Amino acid sequence: MADFDTPKFREYPIVPQIKTGAMDGTSPFVSRPEFDNQLGYPGQLPEDWKEKVLDKMSDLLSRYRSLQVFMDACMKCGACTDKCHYFIGTEDPNNMPVGRQDLLRKVYRRYFTFAGKYFPKLVGAVDLTEEVIDTWYSYYHQCSECRRCAVFCPMGIDTAEITMAAREILAHAGKASKYSNEIITKVFRIGNNLGLPGPALEGILEDLEEEVEEDTGIAVKYNMDVEGCDALLVTPSADFFAEPHIDGLIGYGKVLHEAGITWTVSSKASEAANFGLFIGSYENMQKISMRIREAAIDLKVKRIIFGECGHAWRVAYSFLNTLAGPFDFLDQNYPIPQHILEVTHGLIQEDKIRFNKEENDHMTLTFHDSCNVARGSRMGDHPGGQFDIPRAVIRAACNNYVDMDPSTTHDATFCCGGGGGTLTDDLMELRVKGALPRMEALKAVEQEHGVTNIAAICAICKSQFTKTLPYYGFEMDAIVSVHQLVSNAIVMKGSEQEAELDGTEDSENKDDE
Amino acid sequence: MSELYAILFTVAFIVLIAGLGRKIVQYHKIPAPLKIPVTPAPITKSGVYFRLAKEVILFSSLFRSNKWTWLFGWMFHMSLFIIIVYHLRYFMSEVPAWIVWLQSVGKYAAFTMLIGLAGLMVRRIAVPRIRHISAPSDYLWLVLLFIIGLSGVMMRFVTHTDIVQLKAWAMGLTVFDWQPLPMDGPLLIHLASVAILMILLPFSKLLHIPGVFFAPTRNQVDNPREARHVSAWALELDAEKNKAQP
Repeated sequence: MADFDTPKFREYPIVPQIKTGAMDGTSPFVSRPEFDNQLGYPGQLPEDWKEKVLDKMSDLLSRYRSLQVFMDACMKCGACTDKCHYFIGTEDPNNMPVGRQDLLRKVYRRYFTFAGKYFPKLVGAVDLTEEVIDTWYSYYHQCSECRRCAVFCPMGIDTAEITMAAREILAHAGKASKYSNEIITKVFRIGNNLGLPGPALEGILEDLEEEVEEDTGIAVKYNMDVEGCDALLVTPSADFFAEPHIDGLIGYGKVLHEAGITWTVSSKASEAANFGLFIGSYENMQKISMRIREAAIDLKVKRIIFGECGHAWRVAYSFLNTLAGPFDFLDQNYPIPQHILEVTHGLIQEDKIRFNKEENDHMTLTFHDSCNVARGSRMGDHPGGQFDIPRAVIRAACNNYVDMDPSTTHDATFCCGGGGGTLTDDLMELRVKGALPRMEALKAVEQEHGVTNIAAICAICKSQFTKTLPYYGFEMDAIVSVHQLVSNAIVMKGSEQEAELDGTEDSENKDDE
Repeated sequence: MSELYAILFTVAFIVLIAGLGRKIVQYHKIPAPLKIPVTPAPITKSGVYFRLAKEVILFSSLFRSNKWTWLFGWMFHMSLFIIIVYHLRYFMSEVPAWIVWLQSVGKYAAFTMLIGLAGLMVRRIAVPRIRHISAPSDYLWLVLLFIIGLSGVMMRFVTHTDIVQLKAWAMGLTVFDWQPLPMDGPLLIHLASVAILMILLPFSKLLHIPGVFFAPTRNQVDNPREARHVSAWALELDAEKNKAQP
């Protein structure tokens, strides 16, 4: 399948021995000037690159308290060293969170601290060289910004913050990742990561309407750019395009229809994901977020609802108000923005949705907590709602559900291995190896409880698992969307499914379809 | 020699306070432009105080991470804290009863401190992952703290020093009235290593002491949808100034 070995399942998940240099040189393709320039970066190594790098570092240190405190506060206790999925999968010590942080910290100490200026050897400070830049480029693109290390750090040091700063610094030295930067230019130019233009989206949505009507007998609307709806739906563009994402989108439509909430997507803001987060650029993240504000204003909606997407939900929940708010022109009776799972869960609690759970009986499910939802956001009104709500929705729609090992779920969840701008084919080895801890936990519930499918609420997790499940001996379609389960089981009022269940007269001709 | 030590301690105290103060002001001034608490996070301010208290007093995240590191680290820190508190008696003319009591129990904390430090040192040397991330200074800090603890134990339990004269010297420091210091080996080593620690603290990884209170991942309230959080520099950005209005 590829020129590397898929890691073996470990009999006991003991901490691996370190293999220095195991992932040396593994890097994503470098971006091109045509993309970088559009995002405000030089696109090539400037002549005075050393100065530029140190200037940018100084600038970020003065603008981000997190970076300044995290550079100083690590006392090398080692608590994080065995917590990163990429370290577990690759055994490379530079993939230990502190190892990754130290790549930047050593340079910080050399140029910004007394001890590092005068006693570099004593405190492990190093000079800034081109090799250092290359090492940064490699290892700061082997981090998915999943924040698992931050949960376990006694100082609360979040490697994601340091990775973002490092990527921003690298971009100013002409070394940005092509994957993220090219995608951001597509968002600005076309409206979404996949580069699906408006007419194509419209065609897809029309097909969905036909499909759902054929299946249920109900004309559920999947609107695009329709003014005056209740809600703007912002969802990852993969939801328009790929399995199992699109089944989730079908589910959102059914739920919103059943709730009587009219909604539309926007061709301009046809993407929930915000890759500005990945590259650590406040400016780009803000520009991407503004599309959503503009779409909400243009389409005169009262609410903003987000589809299933992990990093997108972090940016939406935690940052949207900061970046593109205030949203005083929207209906203040609803959370702004609201997650589709909050909507569905609310309806379940109010008993406004009916399910026929048997529709999902062919599956035994488990749930993968997406890292950025778990550790960078919330759902509902209490801390931890981001764990309870998806599970409550799955249980409402399915009979067979089991959790994976608790050391791999909730806020201790492992990243799928493809988050934070690593979901690119040029990092396939990293992605497969980084998936190891999640695959092991899945294998365990498969063997003990006969789990057949794993549900997720993130477009990246879904794409990553579709690609990596086969490496570990699972079926690629074992990954499902949570709203796919909802879509399977929902019994809409007046639908053929309702007639069939309640045994009204036109139920007889159901079987011929 | 007494004067030398008096000057050393005065300088050490000034460097410690000024150095720490400078960093605390710096941490306080630099904005946190985004809401980045590691969730689930408290949704109220009092919840945040509780979260920080759990981290600072119990080392709760470290407990989740690694039981051995927690055990040695917590033993060392709590012992040191007790020891520092009862050392205040050398700077007070009237010693409160609770400090006398604390010392009667707490003097044994020197041993738990040394055990904790030894455990941390063994981990640093024996676990390849931790050895890999250790610079010379990481070992030297443990050695310095060990010397401080060991010389203290020597004085307390082996070669008793002239405590009355020591207190006169220490009290004198606070009013710049330099008194003679007992010329005991362990005392001179003890005081010199404490002064070195005080001077180096603001320039070292010991900045984790103020740092733990300033990590936005732990000290922010989880309420981004309810309250708009914007930093001063972000308000100056073009996108912010020119945003679309309904």
